[in-house]
Amino acid sequence: MALAATLRVFPAGAFGSRRAVHMLERNALIYRKGWYFLVSGFFEPFFYLLSLGIGLNHLIGTVHVAHTAVTYAAFVAPGMLATSAMNGSMLDATFNTFFRLRVDHTYDSVMATPLSVEDIALGELSWCLTRGSLYSVSFLVCMWALGDTQSAWAILCLPIAILTSLAFASAGMAACTFLRSWQDFDLVMLALLPMFLFSATFFPIDQYPGWLQLVVRATPLYQGVALARGCNLGVFNWAMAGHVGYLVVMSFAGIVMTSRRFRKLLTP
Amino acid sequence: MSLVAARGLVKRFGDFTAVDGIDFEIYRGESFGFLGPNGAGKTSTMKMVSCISPPTAGTLTVLGQDPKTKGPQIRARLGLVPQEDSLELELSAMDNLIMYGRYFDLPRAEIKRRATELLEFTQLSERANEKADNFSGGMKRRLTIARSLISDPDLLILDEPTTGLDPQARHLVWERLYRLKSEGVTLVITTHYMDEAEQLCDRLVVMDRGKIVAEGAPQALIQQHSTREVLELRFGMNGHSPRADAVADLADRVEELPDRLLLYVGDGDEALAAVHARGLAPQSALVRRSTLEDVFLRLTGRTLVD
Repeated sequence: MALAATLRVFPAGAFGSRRAVHMLERNALIYRKGWYFLVSGFFEPFFYLLSLGIGLNHLIGTVHVAHTAVTYAAFVAPGMLATSAMNGSMLDATFNTFFRLRVDHTYDSVMATPLSVEDIALGELSWCLTRGSLYSVSFLVCMWALGDTQSAWAILCLPIAILTSLAFASAGMAACTFLRSWQDFDLVMLALLPMFLFSATFFPIDQYPGWLQLVVRATPLYQGVALARGCNLGVFNWAMAGHVGYLVVMSFAGIVMTSRRFRKLLTP
Repeated sequence: MSLVAARGLVKRFGDFTAVDGIDFEIYRGESFGFLGPNGAGKTSTMKMVSCISPPTAGTLTVLGQDPKTKGPQIRARLGLVPQEDSLELELSAMDNLIMYGRYFDLPRAEIKRRATELLEFTQLSERANEKADNFSGGMKRRLTIARSLISDPDLLILDEPTTGLDPQARHLVWERLYRLKSEGVTLVITTHYMDEAEQLCDRLVVMDRGKIVAEGAPQALIQQHSTREVLELRFGMNGHSPRADAVADLADRVEELPDRLLLYVGDGDEALAAVHARGLAPQSALVRRSTLEDVFLRLTGRTLVD
């Protein structure tokens, strides 16, 4: 959805073709044999939600966001949603792309078929998004079932999660083309872990000193967290347009960079 | 009609020139070879012909079209067996073929029909549902060949089809390729094995350091650049140079390799008798026919496989 919207803005549909769908077919065929890998991606954030929501909820009680008092569980849930969108798509976009690019040479064999570099990039991004969206939908359902959704606007958390997925998938895929070995993945984790811990996911951003707030506001995950939290509460402000803009620009830049890098690596 | 035509084709990677201005034409129904040692520019040429890698300079037409603008359309009609198999190791042989056929937009029923035929052709029918990961090197290569044929290509490109295979597996691959050739499939083969080139190619170019140094049918090249027979003499370590001078007048040409002397002669047995008559006692002597290896040695001063 978000991807389609993004692609419509590209000049004259120059990006990829209908053939990109074969990359989705390919991944579906591979995962048909290993569906449990897909399921595991859902449980991680869900377990966080359970442990923090049920465990810490009793210790912390209520948190004030946007002059509204909410339970800690309801506070932390949108953060977990954005995090799961980030993790889910980054996992696919970095580890799996690296594997297909450098280890299995899957893309090299696909390049000998009518598919173009853009088809491969588009197909792989769509796969990340499909997978990420499935996680987001099931997570949102769990949130609702646990009573952590605060308003009907919470449904907007879904497109927010998908946009967050797209931004991270496209940037992650671009970044992964620069990685030389498995050791380099430590760098990816080095970027993801602090973001996960400090992007106002677990506690409100005003707990930080002023300068650190600026740093946090600049991270991509913060945009997703802030948007998801606002939508969950049904509290909107103009800053959220900025967050959306940030993620849209990041997605664009990632897609352009990914196809450039794929072109360089796959059509030497 | 030529399926592939290249004029002044160049491929550069930074400062390194992999392909240095080559001309060649490949015709429908023939089996065309690129023979040369590793690093001669064969694979770079293949990547350009298969419309994966864009040429740095020169003109290239494949199936009458320009790869720059018609890459996907041309690739739809090509079959490629790359140097590395790059199979989907998690998938069965059958699923590998089905998935590959899907990249060509073929309907599933049609793919299934062709895949069954191709597994039969490559003698993999009995292991059709087994994961490709379990296959031996030879079986993987045969599966890659089957995969390249799934789209019923007009032109089949094979980059080093038997490198890394044991002799038995090589012969099985050759036999299958020979059958394709006799069915009229146009083959383009790169190899650094002169026996492979002699067996499979109707016509070939010899490549060295990015350039084409000779072109023609294998037998014609041998006749043109070498003598009918070759006498190989081994004198033990360090004993070649003085002996090379001693036998120089017996042959059209003498090549000195680290472990042996090659005497290019019309009649090997006669030359060997003359060597013995001079009181030279080589540790071993072998008379054989000239091969493409000798052609390469003549043209470049180096051997194909080092």
